[in-house]
Amino acid sequence: MLEIRNLHARIVDDGTEIIRGLNLTVKAGEVAAIMGPNGSGKSTLSYILAGREDYEVTEGDILYNGQSILEMDPAERATSGIFLAFQYPMEIPGVATMEFLKVAMNEQRKARGEEPLKIPEFLKRVKEAAASLSMDMAMLKRPLNVGFSGGEKKRAEILQMKLLEPKLCVLDETDSGLDIDALKIVSDGVNALRAPDRAFLVITHYQRLLEHIVPDSVHVLYRGQVIKSGDKSLALDLEANGYAGVIGEAA
Amino acid sequence: MNMHTQPQRTSAETALIDAFGDRLSLLPGDGAVMLKRDDAIEAIKHGLPTRRIESWHYTDLRRLLNAVPDFDPAAMTKAVAPIVEGSAVLAVLNGKSDAKTPAVEGVTVQRLSEKLTDGSAAPGLDPYGSDDAIGALNTAFVADGYFVDIADGAELEKPIELQNLQAGGQTHVRLMVRVGAGAKAVIVERQAGEGAALVSSVSQLVLGEGAEVTWLIVQEQPETATHLAQFKAHIGKNAKLTLFVMNAGGRLVRQEVMVRTTGEGADFKLRGINLLAGDTHTDVTMVLDHAVPHTASTEVIRNVVTGKARGVFQGRINVHQYAQKTNAKMACNTLLLSDDGEFSTKPELEIFADDVVCGHGATVTEIDHDHLFYLMARGVDEKTARGLLVKAFVAEVIEELDDETIVDALEAKLDDWFVTHG
Repeated sequence: MLEIRNLHARIVDDGTEIIRGLNLTVKAGEVAAIMGPNGSGKSTLSYILAGREDYEVTEGDILYNGQSILEMDPAERATSGIFLAFQYPMEIPGVATMEFLKVAMNEQRKARGEEPLKIPEFLKRVKEAAASLSMDMAMLKRPLNVGFSGGEKKRAEILQMKLLEPKLCVLDETDSGLDIDALKIVSDGVNALRAPDRAFLVITHYQRLLEHIVPDSVHVLYRGQVIKSGDKSLALDLEANGYAGVIGEAA
Repeated sequence: MNMHTQPQRTSAETALIDAFGDRLSLLPGDGAVMLKRDDAIEAIKHGLPTRRIESWHYTDLRRLLNAVPDFDPAAMTKAVAPIVEGSAVLAVLNGKSDAKTPAVEGVTVQRLSEKLTDGSAAPGLDPYGSDDAIGALNTAFVADGYFVDIADGAELEKPIELQNLQAGGQTHVRLMVRVGAGAKAVIVERQAGEGAALVSSVSQLVLGEGAEVTWLIVQEQPETATHLAQFKAHIGKNAKLTLFVMNAGGRLVRQEVMVRTTGEGADFKLRGINLLAGDTHTDVTMVLDHAVPHTASTEVIRNVVTGKARGVFQGRINVHQYAQKTNAKMACNTLLLSDDGEFSTKPELEIFADDVVCGHGATVTEIDHDHLFYLMARGVDEKTARGLLVKAFVAEVIEELDDETIVDALEAKLDDWFVTHG
């Protein structure tokens, strides 16, 4: 489903190279965990997949269902089924959350040649998704993410993911800022979406999240490259011994 | 001998002076009113204000007012549906009020053409300071409008909507409202029309003790019209006024706001949205006098500038010497969406008291790229995402008005503008 080939990318503003020859393949139905120390390029990778303009790909390619996505803007990538759950979701004053959800869902439907949702159907879907994440509907009457706690923002991201039903879900440190109860709710939300035709890229710092969202593969990112791949036992090994050993091996 | 050189009159000045001579016999008014008219036309004979007059620095009226249309008494127009359903509508059509007015309990309505002849209107026609070009223009030519009296303690369930609709030519209208002690009302002032008119419109509001009023000015003139307007209010003891101004049209627009707190505990809020497009000029100028102790005010102005539009906000807050414990805050934020547009902001605080809290701030920004990325990352195409963010920037100010029917009505107006200009 996703194939990243020898990807090199830098920050447009100052030319700093962050991704330095990254290779990664994720199959449909797979949950791949990306782990790595601070500054290894994890969040940058998620932004590049979503198409953020602050980064420039200088070499290599990203293939999604066999097609390069490098020329697609963020909206085109999203409508083709790529979803990024942000580490720090933006607060957007003045944009009502419900209005935003309706626009996003209908824009994606429009891009796929589907009719816009009727209001009752839209409300039903939002209510069901919110209930499954223990979210209060009153929260969704507020402007998008404004005044939401860290945990509420993360739930709102998963809510959007449920409603938009993407095929490739990139979760950037979805566990940060969550207490253990919220972590459970969010993980259950993600697990409920696991499907043979859907893949996940779960970016995290800690093994903790992977106890709840059990990955099929684990990849260690360091200095913009995948330096080691393995199964879920690799995550446990990292938790026990830290990154130093793996980094030492690769060096 | 003193030599005084008078600059040559512009064609607009000449047209106004000539029109006054032609119209004089048709203008209603008792003796005192007619004297005020004479004084007013004298002021115009001295010349329209130029950029050398401080309060007109960013809006050089003498240069910008380059054509004055003739009066067109035969022009026809019709009242429009009010923005809030069920409102009592008082329409001034092509400068003329209607003899039939809706009956609202606790509200007395008089046509201004009658009020001008009953000996009570003259004091209200006095100019505001020495550079009051809009006041002078209106006083010279005003022929009609309404006087609305809201009785003490009356709480109006539905808004009163004052419509001033032009059909081309010239219209000069005055809308006077007195709100009795403890009364509550929402008043909508609609300014719109179809022609390349010259409009002057002066609104005067007096709030009695403890009265609460939300006044919404919705200006949607066509991009051929000149709209020169004034809103003057006195806010009494413990009275509250929220003034919302939305400019969404007009070729040359100046909306002046002159407010004075006259009783302790008076509270004033100004919220303004300027949606500027095309090759237009829009100026909102406020002078707020905190004249007594313990009064508060906040002013928030949001501007969206597209095309070759030019905008101005001048906000002057005078805190008088005895007006201790004044609390005043002013902010003006502009979203500049075009390289050819411009917006000038001039905040002024003049403080003669020593125990006050006053502040102001101004920003000019473009669309936030992080916000744009977030919306696009959810599949919203760039044009739609930009539209959402621009609308959000101004909708924030509307949503502060915590009356759902008003918020919905204003947001619908906002949508209308974005459909035409987005």
